[in-house]
Amino acid sequence: MAETTTAATAAAPTLEVRNLQTHFFTRAGVVRAVDDVSFTIGRGKVLGLVGESGSGKTVTGFSIMKLVDPPGRIVGGSILFQGKDLATRSEEEMRNLRGNRIAMIFQDPMMTLNPVLRIDTQMIETVQAHEKVSEADARARARDALGMVGIPSPDERLKSYPHQFSGGMRQRVAIAIALLHRPDLIVADEPTTALDVTIQGQILAEVQKLCATTGTAMLWITHDLSVVAGLADDIAVMYAGRVVEFGDVGEVLDKPLHPYTHGLIGSVPSRNKRGEPLRQIPGMTPSLLNLPEGCSFRARCPRAAADCIVMPELHPWLPQRLARCHHPHLEEVAAA
Amino acid sequence: MSQTQMQSQSQAEAPRVFTETETPMVELRQVSRRFAKKLDIAAKLARRLGADVREEIVHAVDHVDLRVRKGEVVGLVGESGCGKSTLGRIVAGILPQSEGQVLWNGQDVSTMQGEAAKIGKLRRQMIFQDPYASLNPRMRVADIVGEAPLVHGLTTRANFDTYVDEQMRRAGLDPAFKRRYPHQFSGGQRQRIGIARALAVAPEFIVCDEAVAALDVSIQAQILNLFMKLRRDLDLTYLFISHDLGVVEHLSDRVVIMYLGRVVEEAPTERVFSGANHPYTQSLLASVPRIGNRKRAFATVKGEIPSPLNPPPGCHFHPRCPHAFDRCRVEVPKLREIAPGQRSACHLNDAA
Repeated sequence: MAETTTAATAAAPTLEVRNLQTHFFTRAGVVRAVDDVSFTIGRGKVLGLVGESGSGKTVTGFSIMKLVDPPGRIVGGSILFQGKDLATRSEEEMRNLRGNRIAMIFQDPMMTLNPVLRIDTQMIETVQAHEKVSEADARARARDALGMVGIPSPDERLKSYPHQFSGGMRQRVAIAIALLHRPDLIVADEPTTALDVTIQGQILAEVQKLCATTGTAMLWITHDLSVVAGLADDIAVMYAGRVVEFGDVGEVLDKPLHPYTHGLIGSVPSRNKRGEPLRQIPGMTPSLLNLPEGCSFRARCPRAAADCIVMPELHPWLPQRLARCHHPHLEEVAAA
Repeated sequence: MSQTQMQSQSQAEAPRVFTETETPMVELRQVSRRFAKKLDIAAKLARRLGADVREEIVHAVDHVDLRVRKGEVVGLVGESGCGKSTLGRIVAGILPQSEGQVLWNGQDVSTMQGEAAKIGKLRRQMIFQDPYASLNPRMRVADIVGEAPLVHGLTTRANFDTYVDEQMRRAGLDPAFKRRYPHQFSGGQRQRIGIARALAVAPEFIVCDEAVAALDVSIQAQILNLFMKLRRDLDLTYLFISHDLGVVEHLSDRVVIMYLGRVVEEAPTERVFSGANHPYTQSLLASVPRIGNRKRAFATVKGEIPSPLNPPPGCHFHPRCPHAFDRCRVEVPKLREIAPGQRSACHLNDAA
């Protein structure tokens, strides 16, 4: 690597996404799945990317990995990984980065694992794909990685096939594979959604420990605000393909600026009085094929006014607090 | 967090009082359900030749007692494979139990005959988790909702349209959509169709099996509000099955916690969340991510959920329990009353 990039690496955040746009060119029209997404993740930090189904959070994750298949295409913006734009990288350069410097964990661990190969085969292959090491060394690395994610007797478990693991254990293996090269960035797409609470708790604890000790930055994509509350440093909230709010987890969850974030947090049962009706956001998420003009939350928003016909920018209303709204909940922040 | 909790407790309306003596609407007595994997020809042959091949038996539900009184909302909580869905199906009358009795208004369901049995079954309805799998994709909404009441004589051909319109409106659906097929609706709307279908036969008791688990938070809130409104309007009784403790806390009067086919604890909702007794309940509560938590170490329960094919002897929770002692490994603890309305199955209560 050249001198200049090394210098840039030290200063730049691990990942900086600027005005990312990924559109799908379908027969029914252009689906703007991701339309203006910006956020940054520093070294060793966890960013929670939160949104409901269809908000574009998964496509954002796939765009960072450059794994968007046609008819989808990244049509705008930049993805700066350690200061260098991934958009300009060739497919071969990307292949060297994926699984090496940037790893991904999927909701379904069987997306990562090959059902007909033993775990050791798959893990050794991953190690040797990016580094010239002997098989014995690769095996040792694989074993250590399994131990790190809390799999008991890793030596024996290496010889197992994926179907011999439970769901939670399989997800641990997928995480271990992601960790093999001590990546600088992990993109995790709903990795604990399919797991039971006690198992989810175990995995979240492991992940937290790993990020703190290895300095790996993490993009944690989820729909579960409670998971993000305990895990992440920062939070980015997505609605209809756009980041509508970004900031420190505690501040955003306690005093949300954007009416959508406000409504979303308000509808969580534990934020409501027991037995009372839950606060709810009226209406439904609009179709991405047919978004309303201006702010896409306008039709459901209790604070919408005439000027919402113009799409608001992601504006720094407060220090380190961004919101895409003309009428954010500033008075509540001031009152607190 | 604690402040808001206190606030919510002080302001919450007085909980409905249920007496111990009244006849429960639904009662299960020592109900078990086993699933056996039948041996195939090769396995039977092998056994005849002397191989040690046995039928695999899963005790999905293992000697469970459950009472749900009229007007009550009982939350049934547990992790995957604990038998909560199987129990729900037995209660709803769509799955027979292997052992034990199911009582409807004090009468054993198996002794009910003819019209009474039919009506008893009709009064218990179920709403399913997956709004995609539980609706016939080839039927129009009007037929999905209206078929059963028509068959059971709750409406006539002539009044069919008005009847269906009313059912749809009650579930928050626009009757103008009744000629549509399920695939033309979103997940939340499909769940409303499922609700309309269940309510169309005028039930008194509803089993909701993870009815909001597949929905987004904002849609989940809409559906939960609908459940609460319907409860008030129609005087419904719910068995609300969920793995989401937040939802259960919000909705239920009483919570029942299951682990590997057995009930481990049962208590009024406030009691479960303020003074859980069973170590499993305690660790479950500690594992739940809460929106009030900030950047903190997640509590963990050691170990995994054991396979129900081969559950540990004694107390099922003992391999993961931080307080387990010798007795837990051999003797199954009984569900005993430890405080008014609170029952727990743990040997530690005997020691104390």
